[in-house]
Amino acid sequence: MIDQITVFLENSEGRLAALCRTLAWANINMHSLVIADTTDYGVVRIICDDPARAIDVLKSADYRVISTKVAAIGVPNEPGGLAKLLATLDELGQNIEYGYCFTINGGMACDILKISGAKEASEAAKAVEEAGFKLLTLDDIA
Amino acid sequence: MSKERDVLTLPHDELEALQLEGIKKTLVKCYENVPFYKESFDAAGFDPYALETLEDLKNAPFTTKQDLRDNYPYKMFAVPMSEVREIHMSSGTTGIATVGGYTEHDLEIWGDCFARAIRYANGGKDDVCHVCYGYGLFTGGLGAHYGGVSAGCTTIPMSAGNTERQIRVLREMGSTILCCTPSYAMHIADTAISMGLDPKKDFSLKVGIHGAEAFSDNFRADLEKKFGYKVLDIYGLTETMGPGVAVECWEQQGLHLAEDHFYPEIIDPETGEVLPDGEWGELVLTTVDREATPVVRYRTRDITRIIPGECACGRTHKRIDRLHGRTDDMLIIRGVNVFPSQIEDVMKTVPELSSWYQVELTTVDHLDRVTLKVELEQGFDFDEIREIERLQKEVESRMKSALSVGLKVKIVEPKSIPRSEGKVKRVIDNREGVN
Repeated sequence: MIDQITVFLENSEGRLAALCRTLAWANINMHSLVIADTTDYGVVRIICDDPARAIDVLKSADYRVISTKVAAIGVPNEPGGLAKLLATLDELGQNIEYGYCFTINGGMACDILKISGAKEASEAAKAVEEAGFKLLTLDDIA
Repeated sequence: MSKERDVLTLPHDELEALQLEGIKKTLVKCYENVPFYKESFDAAGFDPYALETLEDLKNAPFTTKQDLRDNYPYKMFAVPMSEVREIHMSSGTTGIATVGGYTEHDLEIWGDCFARAIRYANGGKDDVCHVCYGYGLFTGGLGAHYGGVSAGCTTIPMSAGNTERQIRVLREMGSTILCCTPSYAMHIADTAISMGLDPKKDFSLKVGIHGAEAFSDNFRADLEKKFGYKVLDIYGLTETMGPGVAVECWEQQGLHLAEDHFYPEIIDPETGEVLPDGEWGELVLTTVDREATPVVRYRTRDITRIIPGECACGRTHKRIDRLHGRTDDMLIIRGVNVFPSQIEDVMKTVPELSSWYQVELTTVDHLDRVTLKVELEQGFDFDEIREIERLQKEVESRMKSALSVGLKVKIVEPKSIPRSEGKVKRVIDNREGVN
């Protein structure tokens, strides 16, 4: 499990740019950024190299930001890679809140999954590992 | 000081005798020196020389804010200009300003009335009184200043603005009394906290004397928690003097009206009829001994009631309840009366939200649309959108049941609702046909 940072942003011009600028000034490198958007606001989910410091920096710049535990799972970058992983979770009857993927160093994809419930999440992580997938750390991603 | 104690604990019948004697003089002075009163009394068939009892005052005609505006700038003055020492004006946001004039005697009374709040808090010459109401035509700054000086405090005339400097002075000068609007006090607390300070430990405040805006009990509790002090509510308006017309004592069970200087009536704002103690209505004030700009039955447009019974503190002056808001602040939304303070009360039951809010009114398809902008508190887990939606729905349903009007909750980023240094702007009315 790794720490994702989640930022609340108003759906208005320049907010995302300002957020990225704040992180850039603090010399924080993002590996992935996805936005769940609604009419009025967006929830921005970021995987970066130093989540603890990113949270400090954003808090002092008056952003609403929280840290969220998510599972980062390494999957071969080939057809059916994600389908196999999800099938494993499906067998466990595990509910996934959201997920997104990005590619890391060539042959690997990193799948980020938010699994509801802390206990369920760690059980699911164990099952995923037993099924032969690799649970990634921030060091693996960087 | 001892004279002060006497006036505040005078048996009520003696206070009434003092009021009657003063108002008789006020009526005659108004009638003989202010053309407006001559016209208005004559038109109503009211004889200013024949007042027998305080109750008879109900036969005198009302004075409204419009009357004061119509007589701008000096026509309401009852003394020659050579007697006038100071002028204040209410914010003329909706038109021509209203003017208050003060003789030396009026200024002395003003200082004394504001100082009662400090005395109720057992404050005096050992205290440092930090005034960050705006200084100028607004009565807040100089009213609090005269109050601090009159109570014997070391008074710091900070005026509003430059919050970081306010915080530095609060720390370094060891201020014990804070005078400002409640919203500005909250802004100071929040700014201090975001600077890494703890206002409870880093400041030496004992009491905050906050007024010029209606604020809820919850807002007060929040301030008291952040600063670790006690908040006393203070009431006043430029048209009758300024802050100090009524102030809360340490009991926090209503505001003692300075009955030696003001005579209160509560009326039904629709019919103008005087209501018995205990009933909510519009506060009407007559000055007992104001010299420069006395007023007779001035309609304050403030909604309150006279609290029946005696106060545990032993002072005999009648108490008015904490304001529900001004009749001007009252919003009519789809025909329903809503006070911003009601919205505030609901908001404070939702710990996920901060104290800041703004109501935006627009017209959509000829109907009023209300949007309530709120800010998330630190710590709320908003990672899943449905959590944010759940919070929005929860607040919307609580508002609906408290106000009987549906509104849309919009969550905005921290500090995107403007912080004010004076009176806070809670309502933005962009409806067609309004304003």
